[in-house]
Amino acid sequence: MSSNAQPVALNHQFEDLQQQYEAANMGMWAFIAQEIMFFGGLFAGYTVYRFKYLGAFIEGSNHLPIELGALNTAVLIASSFTMAMAVRAAQQGAKNPLLRWILATMVLGTTFLVIKAFEYADKYHHGLLPGSSFEGSGQLKIFFSFYFAMTGMHALHMIIGLGLIVWLIPKIRRGTYTSEYYSPIENFGLYWHFVDIIWIFLFPLLYLIGRDPWPIM
Amino acid sequence: MYVTIVGCLFCLTVITVLAAFIELGVLNTPLALGIALLKATLVVLFFMHVRYNTPLMWVFAAAGFFTLIIFLALLMQDYMSRDWQRPPAEFLL
Amino acid sequence: MTTNTTASQTSSGDVSYLSASYGIKSWLLTLDHKRVGILYLIMTTVFFMVGGLFASLIRLELLTPQGDVFEADTYNKLFTMHGVAMIFFFLIPSVPAVLGNFLLPIQIGARDVAFPKLNLLSWYCFMVGGTLATFAIVMGGVDTGWTFYTPYSSTYSSYYVALALSGVFINGFSSILTGVNFLTTIHKMRAPGMTWFRLPLFIWAQYATSVIMILGTPVVAITLLLVALENLFRIGIFDPALGGDPILFQHMFWFYSHPAVYIMIVPGFGVISEVIACFARKRIFGYTFVAFSSLAIALLGFLVWGHHMFTTGQSMYAGMVFSFISFLVGVPTAVKIFNWTATLYRGSISLETPMYYALGFIGLFMLGGLTGLFLSTIAVDIHLHDTYFVVAHFHFVMVGGMVMAYLAGIHFWWPKMTGRMYHEGWSKASALLIFFGFNLTFFPQFVLGYLGMPRRYHVYPEEFQILNVMSTAGASILAVGYLILFAYLFLSLFVGRKAGPNPWRAVGLEWEIPSPPGPHNFDVTPIVTKEAYAYEEADVTRFGGNANDAEGEQIHQEEGAEA
Repeated sequence: MSSNAQPVALNHQFEDLQQQYEAANMGMWAFIAQEIMFFGGLFAGYTVYRFKYLGAFIEGSNHLPIELGALNTAVLIASSFTMAMAVRAAQQGAKNPLLRWILATMVLGTTFLVIKAFEYADKYHHGLLPGSSFEGSGQLKIFFSFYFAMTGMHALHMIIGLGLIVWLIPKIRRGTYTSEYYSPIENFGLYWHFVDIIWIFLFPLLYLIGRDPWPIM
Repeated sequence: MYVTIVGCLFCLTVITVLAAFIELGVLNTPLALGIALLKATLVVLFFMHVRYNTPLMWVFAAAGFFTLIIFLALLMQDYMSRDWQRPPAEFLL
Repeated sequence: MTTNTTASQTSSGDVSYLSASYGIKSWLLTLDHKRVGILYLIMTTVFFMVGGLFASLIRLELLTPQGDVFEADTYNKLFTMHGVAMIFFFLIPSVPAVLGNFLLPIQIGARDVAFPKLNLLSWYCFMVGGTLATFAIVMGGVDTGWTFYTPYSSTYSSYYVALALSGVFINGFSSILTGVNFLTTIHKMRAPGMTWFRLPLFIWAQYATSVIMILGTPVVAITLLLVALENLFRIGIFDPALGGDPILFQHMFWFYSHPAVYIMIVPGFGVISEVIACFARKRIFGYTFVAFSSLAIALLGFLVWGHHMFTTGQSMYAGMVFSFISFLVGVPTAVKIFNWTATLYRGSISLETPMYYALGFIGLFMLGGLTGLFLSTIAVDIHLHDTYFVVAHFHFVMVGGMVMAYLAGIHFWWPKMTGRMYHEGWSKASALLIFFGFNLTFFPQFVLGYLGMPRRYHVYPEEFQILNVMSTAGASILAVGYLILFAYLFLSLFVGRKAGPNPWRAVGLEWEIPSPPGPHNFDVTPIVTKEAYAYEEADVTRFGGNANDAEGEQIHQEEGAEA
C-alpha cells in the first residue's frame, strides 16, 4: 500500500494509510465498547426488575407480537448480511455492487422501522404507552417502560445509521472509496452490526419471556 | 461464506422462537440467552471481521462485554441478597 | 531522549501554534490539539470560578447556625450548582482535556491526536452541556444535589431538572470522545522507538483515565436520560409508588460516579510523576509499578461503587463485598505514594512552584485517601455517612489532591504552553496561601462530621459554630490565594519573561521543541532511544557539554522515511 505522492485521503497527523486505517478501526471499536455500556445500563435495569417482578414481565411479554418481533429479527439479520457484502465490495473497490448492497441494507433497515412503528401504534391503541394514561399495574408499566426505552433507543440508533447511509451514498457515487481507502464503509459496517447484535439480545429478552407452551408439549 | 453465516443466524432465530414455546422451566432463559450469545458471536467474528483481527482488537471487542458482566454481577448480588436473614455459609454449617 | 530539534530552532522567528493564524474562527474551528487544550483551559477556568462563587455563598450561609442568608430551597440550589459545576465542568475535564490535549501528542512524538475533528467536537459537547446545565440551574430549578437522587429528581422536582440532566448528558459525550481519541492516539501514534515502557507516566495515567471514560460514562448517560424521561413523562422506573426502586438509580449513578472520581484524580497522579521527577532530578522509582498501578486503579475503581450506598438500603452482604474491594483499591494508590517518596529520597530537590504544589499534593491526598478508608468501613460509615466527614474527605482528595495536581501541572507547563514565565515570588506566595487556606477550610470539617454535623443543611446546632467559622475563614484565604493565582498567570501573558524551550531543564519530548510549540509540534519525527526520565544522564552530560544537544546519539531523519 505505498505510493509516491501523498494519497488524497491521508490525514496529516498520520504517517501512512495503514496507520490511519488501523486507528480508525480502533477508534470505532472503542466507541462500540461505550455503546455496549450505554445499552448495558438499560440491560442492568431490566435485569433487576425482571428478577423482582417476573410475573409482570411474563404478562408484558405475552402482550408483544412474537411474529413481528421474529420477522424484525430476520430483517435485521438480513441487513447485516447485506452490510457485510457491502464492505466486501468496498474492499474490492467495486463501486456499483457497494452501492447496491448498501441500498439493500437501507431498505431492510427501513422495513424494520416500519414494522416497529406498527407495533408502537398498536401499543398506543391498547393504552400501553408508559406515562400518566397507562392501563395496567405499576409493575406492568415498568416492563413497558423498559420495552419502549430499549427498543426506542435501539430504533434511534437505527435511524442514525440510516442517516449515515444517506450521507455515505453521494460519496460512494463519487468514487471516494477505493480498495485503498474504505475505512468509513468498514467502520459504518461495525456500527450497523453492533446495532443488529443489540436487537439479537433484545428479542428474546423482551418477546420470549414465559410464553405459554404449545398444548401438545 | 457470509451466506453460510447468515443461514446459521436465520436457523438459530427459528430455534429460539420454537424453544420459547417449550416448557423448560428455569432453563428457558439461559437457553434463549445462550442462543442469542451464539448469534452475536457469529456476527462479531465473521461479519465484524474480529476473527481476522489482532489480539489487541479482541481485547477491545471484549472489554465492553466484560465490564457489563461485572456491572450486572455486582448489581444483582445486592438484589439477590436483600432477603437473606443470615449469611449463606450458615446454611452449610 | 533524542531528537533533531536543536537549540537553534527556538528562536522567536518561528511560527508558533498561537501565531499560526488569527481570528476567532481560527480558534473556534481549530483542529490543532494545542488550541483545543487552550479552549478547554479558558472554559474550565470559567466554570471553576462559577463553582467557587457558589462555594463562597455556601460558606457565607454557614457562618451562622441560623438560616439567615438564604432560604432552605435556595441553599439546595447553591450546593447543587457548586457540585455540578465543579465536578462535571471543571474536575473531569481539567487535566485530561486541558493538559492531556495539549501534551499527549507531543509527549509521544506525534503531530496531533488521532481524530482532531472529534477533539473539537468534544469541546463543543462540553460547551453545549455546560451552557444547558448552568442555564437550568441559574433559572432556579435544580435543587437535587449533583447526585440527582430519585425519586425527588424524577417525580417531585421541576422540569428544569430534565434540562440540567440533558446538559450533563451531552457533556458526557465530551468525555467519551476524548477517551476514544486518547486511547487510539496512544496505541497507534507513538513515535519510532517510543515503546510502552519509555512512555512518560503522564501518558500511562491518561491511558487509564481514557479506559474509565469510555467504559463508565455511558452508564451515567443512560441513567440520567431515564431520570429525565421519568421527570418529563412520569414513566415510573424509579418511582416507589409504582414499584420502582430508587436504589437502582443509585447503583447506576454510582457505577459511573465512582470511577469518575478516578477520572478526576488519575491524570493528576500523572502530573505529579512528571513534576517530582523533574524537581528531584531523578527517574521515578518503580516506574513499572507506577504505570501498572494506574491501570489497577482503573480496573478496581469499577468494583467499589456500593460504598456510597451502605446506609441507603443496599443489602448488607453486598455492602460487605463493596467494603472489602474498597480497601483493596487503596493499595495501588499507596504504591504510587511510596514510589514518589522513594523518588524524593536522595534526590536533588529544588523548590520551584510546581514542586510546592506536588509536595502539598502528596501530603493532602494521603490524608484524604486515608479518611476514605474510614468511610469504607461499614460500621464507621453508619455514623459518618452524609456528614461533613464525607465532605472533608472528598475535598481533601479533590481540592487538596486534584486541584493542587492540576495547578502543579499548569505551573510546570505554563512556559511551554504560553512561552512566558510567571512571577516566581507571587506564585510561591499564592501556593502557600492556598495550602494554608485549604487546610483551615477543610480540616475542621473532619471534626464537624465526626461530631455529627450533617451535610447539605443550611442550619446547624450552635455548638458547631466555631468550627464553621474557622472553615469559612479558611475559605476566604483560599479564595484570595486563587484570585492572586489568576492575576499573575493572566498578567504573565503580557509582561512575563519569555521562556525558552526548557526552563526547568526537564527531560521529555515536549521540552525539546520551542515554547510555545509550532503548529505541527515536530518538524521531523523524533526517534526515541532513552527511557522516560533520564535525569541523571542529562545532568551528568551537562557538566561536559551543552544540555540541549549532547544527550546520547543523534539520528537525523527526513520526515516520512522509514524508521
